This record gives sequence, C-alpha cells and structure tokens, in this order.
Amino acid sequence: MSATILIIALTMAQICLGLALCLACWRLVRGPRAQDRVLALDTIYITAMLMLLVSGMMRNSPYMFDAALIIGMLGFVGSVALARFLLRGEVIE
Amino acid sequence: MIDPAAVPAPIAIAAAGFALLGAVLTLLGTIGLVRLGSFFDRLHAPTLGASWGTGAILVASALLSVTDGEVAPLREIVIGAFILMTSAATMVTLAGAALHRERRERAAAGEPPPDAPAGERGTGNGADGVPPTDRPDPAGARAD
Repeated sequence: MSATILIIALTMAQICLGLALCLACWRLVRGPRAQDRVLALDTIYITAMLMLLVSGMMRNSPYMFDAALIIGMLGFVGSVALARFLLRGEVIE
Repeated sequence: MIDPAAVPAPIAIAAAGFALLGAVLTLLGTIGLVRLGSFFDRLHAPTLGASWGTGAILVASALLSVTDGEVAPLREIVIGAFILMTSAATMVTLAGAALHRERRERAAAGEPPPDAPAGERGTGNGADGVPPTDRPDPAGARAD
C-alpha cells in the first residue's frame, strides 16, 4: 500500500518536473532578451538534475546520482560563463 | 519500476510527500518564470526550485537510500551542498550582467537607469514618457 503511494507520488513528481521543463523551454524560445534565455537555460539545468534524481528513486539505481551531479556542475559553469559573456563580451580575461 | 516494497510505511509516505513537494515547488517557480513581467522579477522565481525544490527531493532520496542500506546519504549531501553554494553565485552574476546591460542601453537612450529611485523612474505605465519595466522594442533595435 505504501509502496503504491510512493510510486504514484514519484510519477506525479516526474510529470510536474516535465511540465516545468516545458515551461522553461518556452521562456528559452520566447525570452525577449539574452539574459532571459540564460536564466531559462539555468532553470532547465536544475530541473533536469531534479528529474534525474526522481528517476533514480523510481528505478532504485545509484547511477543517476552521478549524472545529476555532473549536470549540476556543468550547468553552473555554463550559466556563469554565459553571464560573464553578457557582461563583458569575453569569458576569461 | 523496481521500487522495493520493503520500505517501511511511514518512511515511504514521508519520502512521497517530500518528492511531491519539491516537484510542485519547482513547477511553481517555472510558472513564475513564464508569467512574470520583467527580467528582474523573473530572476527570482526559479530559485524556488533551486532551494526548496532541490532540498525536498534530496531529503526524499536520502530517506530512501538510508532505508536501502547506506550508512549515510553521502551523494545527496554532496549534491545539496553544491547547489546551495552555486545557485546564489549564478543569480548574482546574472543579475549584475543584466543590470549592466540595462544601464548601458538606458544611458544610450537617455532614460533613467532601472535602479533609480521611484520618483526619477516615473510611473510604471508609461504615462509620463518613461517606458514600463520590460521595455518594448518596436523598432527591433535591441533584438539579440
């Protein structure tokens, strides 16, 4: 019984996160300025990381954590690099 | 779905609650990202997902992995600490870049900067010639 509740809740969590990804993609396409698109990309990185974590819980698999950690790290580096590019026109001075 | 039924009932329900809480908060944050009016409003909405969204899902994952036989939820703590440190840095850098851009463009157009005190910025609806927050761009001059 509680296992059913857990599976249903994790499935609903995946659906919510999928919707969140779609909305962030909409902002990525629509965002009137470049900074909106960078913000949307950062949100997509974080939400994809959360999606991987929830999938790891569903499948009871330890490999998703490593993928989530890598997406988190590279997403942060990418977002900060894009923000510095918007600020100065170059990433490393 | 290889979810073991060996998870005791209160922990399963607690993990289900936390995971759902985290996912719903992230969804609310991205709804804010879509619906809010200016960039500096939109900047704050996804931090819902980065803070309590990530935190709740990591708590759920830690609960499940501890009942699965791990001694300590080390992976979740590492991911949580990393997101905690980096989400603030990303937001500050992006806000600084956006403010710098807005200032430069408004100086070129002869308007007051976006962080001027309210009296100088004018009313928000463009009635006195100062455009509202997310500046419309009819000539396409700022398309990027």
